Amino acid sequence: MFTRVERNSALPAGGNVLHFEGSPVPFQPGDSVAAALLAAGASPFRESPVDDSLRAPYCMMGVCFECLVEIDGRQNQQSCLTTARPGMIVKRQHGARTLG
Amino acid sequence: MNALWDAIVIGAGPAGMTAATTLSEGGARTLVVDEQPAPGGQIYRAVERNMDNASLSALLGPDYADGAALATSLRASAAELRFGTSVWRVDADGTVWTKADGKIERLRARNLVIASGAMERPVPVPGWTLPGVMTVGALQIMLKDAGLRPCGRLVLAGCGPLLYLFAVQCLEAGVSDLVLLDTAERANFIPALRHLPKAVSGHGPGYLRKGFGLMTALRRHGVKIYRGVSNLRIKGTERAATAIFRTGARTLRIDLDLVALHEGVIPNQQIARSIGCAHRWDEEQRCFLPILDPMRESSIAGIFIAGDGGGIVGAVASAHTGALCALAILKRLGKITEAEFADRKAIAQQALDAHLTIRPFLDRLYRPRDEVLVPANEVVVCRCEAIRAGAIRDVVQRGCLGPNQAKAFLRCGMGPCQGRICGPTVGAIIARGTGQTPDATGYYRIRPPLKPVSIGELASQYEED
Repeated sequence: MFTRVERNSALPAGGNVLHFEGSPVPFQPGDSVAAALLAAGASPFRESPVDDSLRAPYCMMGVCFECLVEIDGRQNQQSCLTTARPGMIVKRQHGARTLG
Repeated sequence: MNALWDAIVIGAGPAGMTAATTLSEGGARTLVVDEQPAPGGQIYRAVERNMDNASLSALLGPDYADGAALATSLRASAAELRFGTSVWRVDADGTVWTKADGKIERLRARNLVIASGAMERPVPVPGWTLPGVMTVGALQIMLKDAGLRPCGRLVLAGCGPLLYLFAVQCLEAGVSDLVLLDTAERANFIPALRHLPKAVSGHGPGYLRKGFGLMTALRRHGVKIYRGVSNLRIKGTERAATAIFRTGARTLRIDLDLVALHEGVIPNQQIARSIGCAHRWDEEQRCFLPILDPMRESSIAGIFIAGDGGGIVGAVASAHTGALCALAILKRLGKITEAEFADRKAIAQQALDAHLTIRPFLDRLYRPRDEVLVPANEVVVCRCEAIRAGAIRDVVQRGCLGPNQAKAFLRCGMGPCQGRICGPTVGAIIARGTGQTPDATGYYRIRPPLKPVSIGELASQYEED
């Protein structure tokens, strides 16, 4: 669905990998988590807690909250506003976030 | 709690950067907060990083590169810059509550400049919640921020300058399978012509040339463009796969890998609404605008709104509105004389006016269709709570008079986005149903937290107090 404009820089620099649902996702420095996931073809990001419909990023600028995922154990994180860091553990957000 | 700032600027796009630089250079103790990791806002997103990237900056063009100078001036100024910082509550007395890395802070300023910019107008069409449906602005952000461009068949649906600009940027970035569904109504052209004499004054000709250049480039590349498109529907099971639409007398269906929607931009009104700044409906821009005086001060003294958040004016004009706010604040702080204020205000105002000549023409030419503003019953309006237009019309039939009542009945606007996406549509459907004006219908009452904050994060702030 997406590709880097500069193909020669498509390989990640050392260690720039996060984990999405157990699979490694390479990213470029400066990528948001949402951009890295979309570049890796990861979709959907979550299911609607209301009707279970599948959702993925819509606005990429922090307005729509469709890109919510779990990052390093914290649920409901706006992945378009979170800069990707090596070793992040990212998971789909299933339904509403749990308390506690 | 920190000492009192002379001014806090919320947002570091063109308006916020210019306001902060002007304030700081004028001797005001200035703080800038922005959600992004670097200055630029959405229009100049990642502009500092991309200046070293020859191919990407060539692709994004000289207008984008202009943002680098604003960022450089901001960095060179004495303004304190806090990036990666969300504002989740603002009070009318100048208190700003921020969150960064899970840490809450409460800041206070004598004056606030809200420069939170624009968002894309919601485009509620059947299927718009499917993965693989994004906004044109979202795709452009990915290009600017991550050097990512769509691959496979890309459908861009809607109208307005950003759509055509991004289409050309896609071609230059190597997108080879691009289809444009142009939703601009042909009937707009004649009424738009009335604004052409104004549009050819000031800096208008530059904008018109750029527009013609984009149209020519699309034609030269042989991009398939369907015009007068209406009744757009997107279908797919797990993700968007097909667009179905009317063009002329035909109904067509095309397969796709990714579809992006765009029907212009509207002010991001969340912060101004939450403080209680007065708004009015603007029929030309078909959205609510905050009521501002000529220096961009809102109905609440000391709260200024710069840039597109005060009404859509574009990037360069936004910078000039930022300068106007800053001058008014500097005068109030006694940092500049009456004479200096008058001189500099006149210069900023003149520069601003020259960039505004094009707006009425563009607003009229790319006025969104009714079906975008008040969609059909089956269309999801509130994405978070999955509330359809028909449900809103039902409660109107039963006597619901405004968006806040609809919210209580249906939960529309109560999901994670806090009504940012559905607010304009819910208001429009109710106004149409009751026959009231948009002003009489009103808007959601926006309350903090404007961004998610956990109880734990809140508690940590009080421990420090």
